[in-house]
Order: sequence, then structure tokens, then C-alpha cells
Amino acid sequence: MSTDVTPEAPGAEGRPLASRRGTTPGRFGNRLFAGLSTASGILILVTLAAVAIFLVREALPAITASPAAYADFTRDLNLGQYIGPLVFGTVLAALIALVIAVPLSIGIALFIAHYAPKRLSGPVAYVVDLLAAIPSVVYGLWGFFWLVPKIGPIMDWISQKLGFIPIFADYAPPAKNVTSAAIVLAVMILPIITAVSREVFLQTPRLHIEASLALGATRWEVARQAILPFGRSGVISASMLGLGRALGETMAVLMILAPFARGTEVYSIKILASAEHQTIAANIAQQIREAHGMGVSVLIASGLALFAITLVVNMAARWIVARRAAFSGAN
Amino acid sequence: MRPAHTTRGMFDVKKSIRRGMITTLAASTALVLAACGGGVTADESPSGSTSDGGTESSTGDTEAPEAGSLSGNLPGAGASSQGKAQEGWIAGFGDLEQGVTVTYDGVGSGGGREQFLSSGVLFAGSDSALKEDELASATDRCFGGEAVELPLYISPIAVIYNLPDTGVDNIQLDAATLAQIFRGEITTWDDAAIADQNPDATLPSTAITVVNRSDDSGTTENFTEYLFEASEGTWTDEASDAWPLPSQQSGDGTSGMVTTVSAAEGAIGYADASQAGDLGTVALQVGEEYVPFSPEAAAAAVDASPLSDDATEKRITYQLDRTTTEAGVYPLVLISYLIGCDTYDDASDAANVKAYFDYIASEDGQSRANEAAGVAPISDDLRTQVEAAIEMISAS
Amino acid sequence: MTAVTDRPVPAPDVAPNFTTSPSGRRRKRTNAIMATLVTLAFLIALVPLISLLTEVVIRGGSMLTWQFISTDMTGVFGDSPDGGVRHAILGTLQITGLATLISAPIGLFAAVYLVEYGHGRLAKTLTFFVDVMTGIPSIVAGLFAVALFAILIGPAYRSGVMGAIALSVLMIPVVVRSCEEMLKLVPNELREASYALGVPKYLTIIKVVLRTSLAGIVTSIVLAIARVIGETAPLLLTVGIVTSMNTSMLDGRVATLPVFAYSQYSQDALGVGADRAWGAALVLILIIMILNLVARFISSRFSIAEK
Repeated sequence: MSTDVTPEAPGAEGRPLASRRGTTPGRFGNRLFAGLSTASGILILVTLAAVAIFLVREALPAITASPAAYADFTRDLNLGQYIGPLVFGTVLAALIALVIAVPLSIGIALFIAHYAPKRLSGPVAYVVDLLAAIPSVVYGLWGFFWLVPKIGPIMDWISQKLGFIPIFADYAPPAKNVTSAAIVLAVMILPIITAVSREVFLQTPRLHIEASLALGATRWEVARQAILPFGRSGVISASMLGLGRALGETMAVLMILAPFARGTEVYSIKILASAEHQTIAANIAQQIREAHGMGVSVLIASGLALFAITLVVNMAARWIVARRAAFSGAN
Repeated sequence: MRPAHTTRGMFDVKKSIRRGMITTLAASTALVLAACGGGVTADESPSGSTSDGGTESSTGDTEAPEAGSLSGNLPGAGASSQGKAQEGWIAGFGDLEQGVTVTYDGVGSGGGREQFLSSGVLFAGSDSALKEDELASATDRCFGGEAVELPLYISPIAVIYNLPDTGVDNIQLDAATLAQIFRGEITTWDDAAIADQNPDATLPSTAITVVNRSDDSGTTENFTEYLFEASEGTWTDEASDAWPLPSQQSGDGTSGMVTTVSAAEGAIGYADASQAGDLGTVALQVGEEYVPFSPEAAAAAVDASPLSDDATEKRITYQLDRTTTEAGVYPLVLISYLIGCDTYDDASDAANVKAYFDYIASEDGQSRANEAAGVAPISDDLRTQVEAAIEMISAS
Repeated sequence: MTAVTDRPVPAPDVAPNFTTSPSGRRRKRTNAIMATLVTLAFLIALVPLISLLTEVVIRGGSMLTWQFISTDMTGVFGDSPDGGVRHAILGTLQITGLATLISAPIGLFAAVYLVEYGHGRLAKTLTFFVDVMTGIPSIVAGLFAVALFAILIGPAYRSGVMGAIALSVLMIPVVVRSCEEMLKLVPNELREASYALGVPKYLTIIKVVLRTSLAGIVTSIVLAIARVIGETAPLLLTVGIVTSMNTSMLDGRVATLPVFAYSQYSQDALGVGADRAWGAALVLILIIMILNLVARFISSRFSIAEK
């Protein structure tokens, strides 16, 4: 530490350090850095405010108008009847995707970070990183040309054998249903959740692991006692990142899911049936092309609803993470 | 655990003091530099130089002052149905006028009309003519003039199905049976109503999967209009660009439609004929005979139809006759219009639009579109009218 | 990402003595079961991932010729197999590059603010709203950019900058959140040690906090790039598609690889269009690969733990 910089009280929030002289070279840097950081934060808030203002401004006509004003577009549904099933479809698809992706992601991340021989973990991590970057259009292409034909017969079989249970009823080929879309979404978010989880697992303080080992822990017990608790907040955060993408994913869903026709919307639990669900994002992308006037406003109102969903999801996640904050390094 | 942090911490501090966080940003900067570098080297030719001159170009029967004298950007947007034809036209026009950069965004008819009316683009492609309120705002957009609408993209819509080994070229259906199929009232391919009209075909007992377009589309509008008008009451929903019934299976866009039908045996749908690929197509009953789609039969359908009530010499819009019984006519046709202004405030905009529309209307342009997208070439009679309308485009 | 090779987790190859007690046997069994499950999860996940890659490589590979990379779509129409993605490659690099240039500094500084400075109401607000921002659907970001520029310049305006702004709206929260996570992992003891040595706060942040988490930060940014480089919907609205190169970011539509792939697929899903879509996808993946390698090189070069 061959510095002759006179120390400076590091921040307003205290961790005071003795300031010995009046001239403090660190002060300018501190101010600049704090200023830049704060400005970035504020800029983000301003941007978001701009987006929000835009959304609300464009959605307001539909929210305040009587249903008759947009009956042409929604085919006589009111705003709630129009957006409700879309919200349901969005959440359903994202949840199925999350249920598939999170356990698998933790598994892969743990495998890479804790189980795999070093020679294997490097390339695998690289491939996973790559997959995070594959554009959604490609997932759409892959989903339709590879997954749908392969999974169709399986779904057909399930629907025939277990069709008496409503969830599995009414499969119709090809498998352009919410389950196929969710599987593709799961594959899409898998690399994202895995990459962050892995990074967090690898940050587990060596001493935690060594302490666990010293107590005679097996490999799994090390994972359970040291790695997973340490990484929990990171994994939740990563999952939320993935969920955010799954909720808002547009093109892949658009290319795979056969939605219900407008005006014939339903809340349906038949996860193997086509034309029973639609997600908000895909619906916007699809309908915005030919929509105008009030129609656009209705679509943007549905975008606002998607916003609200993510908000709730994130608040929940924050709450969980806050409860586990003790495991974070900088608490 | 604490001691560990501290040990590693000291180690990190010492090492880390030497290098700043600039290295972090280096990652992103490098990326951007790479992008910029690419930009510089690739600077030579934004357009032009790759096309090898206008060897095959013929100016046709238009008297464009001097081919190759125009320049500028000519952005257009609209119906995705025109996308492939526009590619062909842009390529052909590029040979004639290398200075003009034409672009066409297949954002959809409504989007195209909206962009056009808000002056976002200089011309639009649309599967339906401008609506009344749009005509009003077209006056503003056209600097006090009015919109020009030209029926330059005439394309048959094929009813496509996925059935192997039927033993016939086309399954034959009348409009009423077709309506019953698409309403879900006929559910298997060996239904008597189908079999009666196809004595020579081998029809399996496969279930019929009805596929509709899930997006709003001019194709759906024309198809439902055909069913509504020609099915003698079997189809009860008025023409609509969105599918009016609960759907069984659907696809987004023409590509979504054809891939969905291709993916399920027994599926039936409807799509721009040029995209039908290897799928089977239905021959429709017209009068006493069954007519498979062809560009000629589609062009004949337009010629056999009256102009719409509010058509003018600048807005050549048709009211298609779906119930025609004339021989050799395929009434399930889509007309996609090219929409422009009769007045532009900029002389070069006016000249560019004029030249581009002229090219599209020319025999060259129409055969190019036929080659690129299976479009039915317009008749000479229609060409005369269209050329007269294009002649009226000018700068204010 | 480099951390993988940086910090190998010591694994007990010599198992403790399990055989002596029933609980020991149970623990051994649990260990074996969990190892199988973890490996199984890995293998299951591998199936779609590998098939995705092989599909892209096989279908796209047949398109991947020098001609495909070095030409644009000028003058190509119909079923002609000519044409390529040169213009789309350039467009993607331009737009993603600009978006990164906007997002990475803002996002990183905001993360620094959250972890190192922010303890008041602004920080809470920011944390909350960054979360909200991650939920902006990409298509809405595109609509926002269109509306913004319609007000600023006019409805006719289309340019690469619009696309970059739309992507930045999507990218910034991703950068903030993952950088924040990485910065948080830096143990407080490090900061305290630095302060104890009399290092000013900003230097502590630069040389201790950012330095320690460098690999994580680079991963975060590359992930954020990855998150947006394949975005289609917002680019469809803002920059559209053209057939030739447009080196100007301020004027005119720009072709990008994802939009190119989508528009080719949607024009000709059963023919040469689909081939081009796969080809463009492969090119995009190759670009990401190169980017990843560069990032890995940078972070391994400057990572501390190794040396």
C-alpha cells in the first residue's frame, strides 16, 4: 500500500476514518464518483418514469373509455374480459417454464461449480453462456421444427390416456399449446438462471466449504450446508431475471403458441390443448400490426398489466431475498 | 469464516490496487470499437455497387425521362403479403434507378396505412383500401391532394390441406362444404359431403384440424368474405380480418399458417398461393366446374369484378365478386393496393414514387412479381387505368 | 464466467468413514442420490441445449459460406439462393454496440450506487424500480422508443439510434441487477481493510470492489449483451429491415440479424427464407462466441484470484 494519499472519510453513511489534514486529494474523486453513481441511478429512474408516462398516457383512453369505444377491436369484450385471460396465459406459461427451469438450472450450476471435473466444467459453462445469447427467433424456429414434432406424440398419448383429467384434455396436433411454449421458455431462461447461479455458487467463501468438510460432510452436505445457503439470494435473483424474460418473451411464444381467436377468450387449464391460451407480449406483437386507435390503446393497457405482474413478482422476490440478506457479503 | 475473508481480502487489495476499473469497461468498449471498425471498413457502398448494372433492364412502355437519373430514399411499409413481390420490385427497380434506395417494411396493412398517413413512409402497401376516416386524413398527408390507390398486387389465396396420397391433384369443394369444414361441422375427411364431390379421391378417415390465422390479416378478410358471400348462408359471420370463430389451431402470419398445416396430417388452412409449397390445394366450385388456383384465374376474377362505389380515377379500388359463375375464374383472390399521394411537397419524392409505381405497373414489374411471388399480372386494360393514375402524381 | 476455472471448489475425494453407523450409511446414500440427481439434471438440460445447437449448426452451417457473410440482399428476390447477411451483421454490431455503450456505464454506476452509496430513500426507490424495469416487455420498449422519437424528431424518423435506445431500456436493468449481485458478493471485510489502510472510498470501490468482482461484472455485461443482441420485437418496430448496408446510426432503417432471420422466416417459411433464417442465427451465435471469448480473455487476464 505505497500510497501517500491522505485518507478521507469514505461516505456519508459513516464508517468514519480519521481525516488528518484539510487538503484531501480523495475528496474530489469521492465527490465525482458519488455524483456519477447517483446520477446514473437518477437517470434510470427518469427513463423508467418516461416509459411509465408513455404507457399510462397511451393506455388511458382505453381505461377511461366505455367498452363500446373499443368493442370493434375486442369483439364486445370489456377491458377486464380482454386482458384477464391474457394475464392468466402469461402467468401460466411463465410458471410452467419456471417450474421446469429452476431445478434444472440449480442442478447444472451445482454440477458445474461443485461436481464436474474442472476439465468438463469450463467448456460446459461456456456453452451455457452461449445459449443465453441465442436469439428468441431461433428458439422459436427450434421449438417449432424440432420440439413440436417430437413432443406431439407424447402429448397425444397423455391426452388419450389421461384425457379424463381436464388438464390433459383436448390435445390437437400439432403441439402448439401452452406446454410446448413453456418448455421453450424454460430452455430459454435456463442458461440465464444457470449462469448467474453458477457465478454465485463459485463465490461461496472457501472457508465455508472447508468448515463443512472439516466436519466430515459429504459432497452433497457441502452443497446443502455451504453452497446453496450462500447462493440462495443469487439464485432467487437469477430466477426472477429468468421469470422476467419468460413473462415478456415475445417472438418464441408468437411462433409456437396457437392462441385463442380474439373475442373467444377463455380461462383454460387444458395445458395440452391448442388455441386455449395467449400471453400478453405475444398478443401485443401480433395484434399491434393491424391495430389502430383504440385498439393500440387496449394493447398498451395490457402491457401495463404485464408491468404490474412483474412488479408483484419482483416485490415478492425482494421480500424473500431480504429475509435471507444475512448471507450476503455486503449487508 | 471471518479470518478467511480477511486473508483473501488483504491479498486482493494489494493486487487490485494496481489496475483500475478501466479494464471492466474495456470489455464493452472493445465491443463498440469492433462495431465502429466494422462500420468504417464497410463504408464503401451503402447501396448500388453490388448490383451489376441494368443489363436486363428495359424501361418498358413508360417514358421515364432518363433511367438512372433519380436519387434519394423511398421508404415504404405495409402488408406483409406484398413482401416477396416488393423484394422483386426493389431488385428490379434497383437495376433501373441505382440512386434510389427503396425499402419496404412488412409491418402489416394497418401499420403501413398508419405510417403512411403519419408521413412515416412515402408509400404503403395494404390488403384493404383506405377507410373513410383514413381518406380524410390522407388529404392532410398528401399536402392538400388525395391518396392514390392502385391494385397492383393480385394474388390467389389457396385453401391448403395436408393429406398424403389422395390420388388427385386437387380436392374439389364448393363454398358451402368449405364453410362447414371451417365451422367445424364436418370433422373428418371421409365425410359424405366431401366424398360426394371427389369421386376419384382416396379420402382417409383422418380428423380435420382447422387452422386459422391468429393475427389480423387481409387473407382472413378475403377468405371469410368469400365464405360469407359464396356459401349461400352456411357461413354466417361477416367478412373480418380477425378469425370470427373459436379457433381450433392457428398460426401467426402466412409462415405460421403453412408451417402449422405442414406439421399436422389432416390440417386445412388458407394462405397466399405462392406460399403453399408442396401442400395440397383445393379446387373451388365456380358455376358447374371446379377451378384450381392460378394467376390467370385470379386476374380473371378481378376483371370480372366491378369497381367499388367510391372508386375514382386515382383510387382504383374493387368490390370483388365472389359469387361469379364465369368459367375459368378463381374468386378467392386478394388484392393488395399500393397507396401513395397524388401530391408530394418534395419534387424528388414525387419523381421517385412515380417512377417506382410506374415500374411496378409495367409488364416488367408485374412479371417480376409473378416470378418472385406468384402474383397474377394485371391485364392491359387495368394497366392503362393505373398508368393514367400514376401520371397524376406530382410535386406541389 | 472465468471464475469457473479460477476457483475450483475442493471436493472430498476421500470420503469420510460412512460404513460404521446407520446414519453414516444414510448420509452416503443421500450423497449418492443427490449426485445422481444433479448429474441427471445436467444431462436432461443438455438434451434441448445440444439439439438446439446442432439444429442451428447443421441447418445454418449449410448456408454459412463466405458469399453469405460478404454480400447483402440487394437485388435478391424470389427463390434465388443468393444474398447474405453482411448488412445485418454490421447493423447488429452497430446497434448492440451503441446500446452497450449507453447501458454498461449507466448500469454499472447505478449498481455501485446501490451497493456502495445508497442507503437512503433514493436507493430503495431505485432498487424497486430497477426491478420494475426488468419487467418491461421488449415490445413495449420498442413502442416507447418509437413514441419518444416521434415526439423528439417526428413520426417519419427511423434510425439505428432508436433501436439502441429501445435495447438500452431492456439492457440497463439487467446490467444493474447482475452487477449489483456481483458487487454484493465482495465481502465487507475487504472494504474495511481498505478503509483501514486509509484508502479513500472511491479508490476502494475502483480498486477493491470493482477489481474483485471484475470477472462477475464482465459476465454480467456479456450476459446483458446476450440478453438484447437477439431481441427481435423492439427492433422490428424501430429499425425495421432493409436489403443493404446502412452505416449511419442517425438516418434510416438498419438491418439486424434477428429481424433478418424473422423476416426471412415469415416470408418463406418452407423455402430458402428458412435457410437464411438459420444461417443468420448461426452467424449471430458465432458473434456471441467471439464476444464471449474476448470477455473471458479480458477477465482472465485481469482477474486477481489466479495470480
